[in-house]
Amino acid sequence: MSALIEFQGFNKFFGEQQVLKDIDLKVAQGEVVVILGPSGCGKSTLLRCLNGLEKAHGGHLRFAGRELLDKATDWRQVRQDIGMVFQSYHLFPHMSVLDNILLGPLKVQKRDRREARAQAEALLERVGLLDKRDAFPRQLSGGQQQRIAIVRSLCMNPQVMLFDEVTAALDPEMVKEVLQVIQGLARDGMTLLIVTHEMAFARAVADRIVFMDAGRILEQHPPETFFTNPRTARAQQFLEKFSFVEALPKKAPTKELELL
Amino acid sequence: MASSGLELLWVSLPQLGKGAAQTLSISLLSIAFSTLGGVLYGVLRTLDHKWLNAVLRLYLELFRAIPVLVWLYLLFFGFPIFFGISIPSFTCAVLVLSLWGASEVGEVVRGALHSLPRGQREAGLSIGLSDPQLYGYVLLPQALKRMTPPTINVYTRIIKTSSLAVLIGVVDVIKVGQQIIERTYESVLIYGALFLFFFFICYPLSAASRVLERRWTQA
Repeated sequence: MSALIEFQGFNKFFGEQQVLKDIDLKVAQGEVVVILGPSGCGKSTLLRCLNGLEKAHGGHLRFAGRELLDKATDWRQVRQDIGMVFQSYHLFPHMSVLDNILLGPLKVQKRDRREARAQAEALLERVGLLDKRDAFPRQLSGGQQQRIAIVRSLCMNPQVMLFDEVTAALDPEMVKEVLQVIQGLARDGMTLLIVTHEMAFARAVADRIVFMDAGRILEQHPPETFFTNPRTARAQQFLEKFSFVEALPKKAPTKELELL
Repeated sequence: MASSGLELLWVSLPQLGKGAAQTLSISLLSIAFSTLGGVLYGVLRTLDHKWLNAVLRLYLELFRAIPVLVWLYLLFFGFPIFFGISIPSFTCAVLVLSLWGASEVGEVVRGALHSLPRGQREAGLSIGLSDPQLYGYVLLPQALKRMTPPTINVYTRIIKTSSLAVLIGVVDVIKVGQQIIERTYESVLIYGALFLFFFFICYPLSAASRVLERRWTQA
């Protein structure tokens, strides 16, 4: 089966520092790939390269059979096919929810207003925010803004969605509502590349876990294999840090309580 | 005395009005060109194009380092000598004030665009917007609030600086005033009138700028 996305010997530098080293990664149509790794390991940069927000410095990157590192690549077209959602949502603060969502479909894709609006409203309904269509971003909670940002990307009808730590800036009680939306997309068979620190979510939603450290891919395994039996020492260390909280012993009852 | 003073003002009014019209048209044209040029300059500066940036920096520094009066002389007296092109004094004044104003407005626009969160640009790009669309729909509308108050302040400076045009022979409101003083020796009265003229044009502008600044920083 040919891959929808294919990184091959892919390199990226920030100045002198190499942030992505010899990346080989294939993602099939409909696959959900979660990229894990410590901060600064290059996982966000990997996503941003796929969207043309960062320029690559070597190797190959193919999308649907086309080489994206060609000079002739029309990134505006690629970005319509590969949607991206950011950590801090980045809704346009001077536009209503509906205008945020419709900017791309109307101005970039030149679609019919009524048709695009119908799709936008259907998507809003799906994420439970149809009643917020005329609200402005500042009137919404972080979780609501992030769900709108997801709809803004979806309304372009992309083939792939990239999620770059989309719950990292949210209050804990809002994480769930955003993850549920992503889970729904995974169930519908959309191709997803997800960078996250939510381990339980990664385990639940991923077809494959990609573990990165210091700009390299160290492991690629199905989630159960990765979480129960990580092969590399680096991945084991990484997972231990996350299980630290869960493994803490319960606090013993204190004397004061006994006195009561 | 008082009545004769008022009488003099009344009689001079048509003449002063003509001068005022010159001052105002130089100012308004310069403001319009400064705004257009300044927005263009500000946008181009944020594109981070190496050579373009170098050229624009040079332009900015030239208009920062060299007084407007020197630019006026250079164009009005220098161009005929060096290039054999003579530029009418009115055109010359508008040209210099516009170029100077555009560099000032441009820096304001650049700063306002620069202060927007980086994510706004990336979010715009990620839905496939072209650069003109990105600036037109996303970045400039957001920068507008930040840049309007300081831009209005540049406008008042353009209006005040337009008085230098006297020195290359534009018969503006100040020149007309001087001519009347030469005839009548009523310098206090005429300069008082000029004082009020500039004050009542510039003060509302700076007041508006202050009000907008206060209102928009609260929101």
